[in-house]
Amino acid sequence: MLYAVLCYNDENAVGAWTREEDDACMARLAVVQDGMAAKNRMGPVARLLPTTSATTLRKSVGEPLVIDGPFAETKEQLLGFYMADCETLDEALDFARDLAKANPGPGSYEIRPVRIYRPSRMKVVD
Amino acid sequence: MADIRWIDAALSAARPQAVAALLRYFRDLDTAEEAFQEACLRALKNWPKNGPPRDPTAWLIFVGRNSGIDQIRRLSRQTELPDEDKLSDLDDLESEMAERLDNADYRDDVLRLLFICCHPELPATQQIALALRIVSGLSVKQIARAFLVGESAMEQRITRAKARIAKADVPFEAPGAPERAERVRLVAAMIYLVFNEGYSAGGETTDMRAPLSEEAIRLARLLLRLFPTDPEIMGLTALLLLQHSRAAARFDANGQIILLEDQDRSRWNRAMIAEGLALIDKAVRHRQPGPYQIQAAIAAVHARAATAGNTDWTSIEKLYSALEQMSPSPVVTLNRAVAVSKIEGPEAALALIEPLAEKLGGYFYFYGARGALLMQSGRGREACEAFGRAISLANTPAEAAHIRLQLDRLQKEGAEAKAAS
Repeated sequence: MLYAVLCYNDENAVGAWTREEDDACMARLAVVQDGMAAKNRMGPVARLLPTTSATTLRKSVGEPLVIDGPFAETKEQLLGFYMADCETLDEALDFARDLAKANPGPGSYEIRPVRIYRPSRMKVVD
Repeated sequence: MADIRWIDAALSAARPQAVAALLRYFRDLDTAEEAFQEACLRALKNWPKNGPPRDPTAWLIFVGRNSGIDQIRRLSRQTELPDEDKLSDLDDLESEMAERLDNADYRDDVLRLLFICCHPELPATQQIALALRIVSGLSVKQIARAFLVGESAMEQRITRAKARIAKADVPFEAPGAPERAERVRLVAAMIYLVFNEGYSAGGETTDMRAPLSEEAIRLARLLLRLFPTDPEIMGLTALLLLQHSRAAARFDANGQIILLEDQDRSRWNRAMIAEGLALIDKAVRHRQPGPYQIQAAIAAVHARAATAGNTDWTSIEKLYSALEQMSPSPVVTLNRAVAVSKIEGPEAALALIEPLAEKLGGYFYFYGARGALLMQSGRGREACEAFGRAISLANTPAEAAHIRLQLDRLQKEGAEAKAAS
């Protein structure tokens, strides 16, 4: 079963990391991902820019409304996600536990089974 | 389990909001700062044991407030009758605790704190130092290092700024819409100043001063989170990100300036560019252009060009001319002239900047740009003269060295031409 692991945290706090802290955390998370990749289980991974850079298109009766935001009404924001192929929920939870160990502190991982998955059809130039 | 690293990050993330709320409560910068320090000490003791609180900022405000009150009570017992005026709403402490500060409160608190730091009575250097000390929480030592002055001199500068603030009449009620807009404008200007302190560094000072640019970006993001629909704040944040994205490519190993067109674009920071471009795209949708947005749009044109040769100079010229109309300044005209030189050639640009000589007579970039334009149009002797003036006006050794390099090239070419003839 394919799972999406959605990362929620306070973007103010994550934004306050120094570059060294950020790099170190990303390096620890990369090790966890490499472990999954070695088992051929690691899908796409994305880290999102802050919500201040986001725009929302709200569907409505007529023309959809384009607004800034989402505004951080909640304490935690969606900061990124992992896709992983796991046999069971326990396996997906283990993956999330490893991520949490690599990136301790507040925040949460939402483990969400995936219903439709279409592999990428674009060429990403980094 | 609880890790000192995330506690550090949580404390610095909470700092502006917590100090701002404590300032509203105690109405005194020093008391607010000390109360926050005390709350941080308790957090360091408490959080590793009990885990992180659900809302670290609210926790720090509450604990800071209690410790500040204790402190004032202790002092008042030693001195005189308690000064109730010093504390607003002492009685309903409990209810205030229950009151979860909502975003509107935070917004005005943090804005007030930033605004206090850029009080018009303070000279720019004091504004920046105060903001870095109070809002960013940099140590006096760190700030002194960034400004290349001694620690005691910086301590004095900050103390003087605080004394002036204490005497100035700072309004504590929630600002009305026009005052709020005015404050946001002043705060944005102060953040831009902080950025330029870091950005205009060069040579050996780059490493010491670069943190100022990063701090300015943090402050801009903070302001943007408070005013997420303000296109000029989007523009400011985009501008700083796009400028700073080039930081690693701006100087060579010897600290020499590398001009935009000669920079290795693979060293530009792609994440910062992505965020900057996203923000300027968002801002433009509001159709309320402003100087920060236009400058960000100019930086965006450079960021989007895969090579220097691909730069869309026509767009840049149009943007500078819009900026010229919005906020006329000889410096803007000078920049437009550089764009004109790329489109129409150096002679057209020289004609454009000739009238600026009087106003920009003391400006390094004027002679640097003029020299380069003269060099392009083959007027070597005049170019040498302009470069000579530029060197004498250079603000940093890196600037002087950069001009000297062009001068050397010019003289070498001149000598070769002579030898050939």
